[in-house]
Amino acid sequence: MNAPGLLELADDELVLGWRDSEWTGIAPFLEEDVAFSSIAQNEIGHARALYELAARELGTTADELAFDREPSEYLSAPLVELRLVPDWAGTIARHYLYETADAIRIEALKQDGNAEVAGLAAKIDREEVYHRMHAEMWVDRLGAEPRLREALERLWPYALGLLDEELRPAFAKRVGMPADTAPVARGTHTEELVPLWEEMTEVRRSVPGATW
Amino acid sequence: MVTAERVWAALAEIPDPEIPVISLVDLGVVRDVEVENGRVHVEFTPTFLGCPALEVMRDAMAARIAELGAEAEIEVVLDDSWSTDRITPEGREKLRASGFAPPTPRTAGGPRLVQLESNAFRCPYCGSTETALENIFGPTPCRSIRYCKSCRQPFEQFKTI
Repeated sequence: MNAPGLLELADDELVLGWRDSEWTGIAPFLEEDVAFSSIAQNEIGHARALYELAARELGTTADELAFDREPSEYLSAPLVELRLVPDWAGTIARHYLYETADAIRIEALKQDGNAEVAGLAAKIDREEVYHRMHAEMWVDRLGAEPRLREALERLWPYALGLLDEELRPAFAKRVGMPADTAPVARGTHTEELVPLWEEMTEVRRSVPGATW
Repeated sequence: MVTAERVWAALAEIPDPEIPVISLVDLGVVRDVEVENGRVHVEFTPTFLGCPALEVMRDAMAARIAELGAEAEIEVVLDDSWSTDRITPEGREKLRASGFAPPTPRTAGGPRLVQLESNAFRCPYCGSTETALENIFGPTPCRSIRYCKSCRQPFEQFKTI
């Protein structure tokens, strides 16, 4: 995989990491404050490693890729951009759908022809196992709740848009959702991306070139 | 004269920034050391990718090597070569002695929720295996929280990755 593909993954992980961090301090209970904060930290760590590989190919730096592009230049999927706080059912539905889709694409990436990309994918997967356990635990717990079912149906077209067409049938099968739904695919952005971008890049834009 | 042995010994004195009871060598993050014409090349493999201690570790290694009178080049290797199985037996014992349950060995296929919910984890304080998973996530990405039903003490369990 080369830079454009790496940037899709990195942008998804960065934006979702940012969204997950919005639960810090206000999750339904303390354990989930800790869980979502830790998951956010992992996702942003994965984004950084992926940006570093892409940056080497593009002759730039990870920070420039993460923070110096215009919102329209991000390659993130609409699913990760949605601001779901304070909707816990929606958050769990997205978490479950995202982690399942991510497992499928990371599994494919472990076979990548570029050994560095394949190695990084395997490393990311070691951490993602714990995200999947967490998501599955919550879906087991809330599986019969109408609010979770409704959230899964509402977010499903977005989730399907995370993956390239050839990986979608396997994803639909794994989560028991219809494969023929029209996806909200990557390439368009939600209105929620710009406010997130403004907050995320605020320091960088106020003090260009700042390091800390 | 700087030798690879001296560098290894120096790196073995650097504490992990977040769990200072063990050293970077105990943690298994130093993959290789090569010395050539007074330049030291270290292959460093991160633990968790989002771990904020990584920069601290890298800078501490460069500073310690500079004290030996050599120029350090720390190469960060982002491949799949670090696993908790790389933590040395000495490192595991140091973790246990200070109240962190060391990671269990990695099994084929990696860790699973049924394992975490099983009694395969030993309390670092009283040694009982009557322990329960409280939270998969803990104060840093590398730790889970468990509770010992025997001595009624919560404890931190190093995740297996």
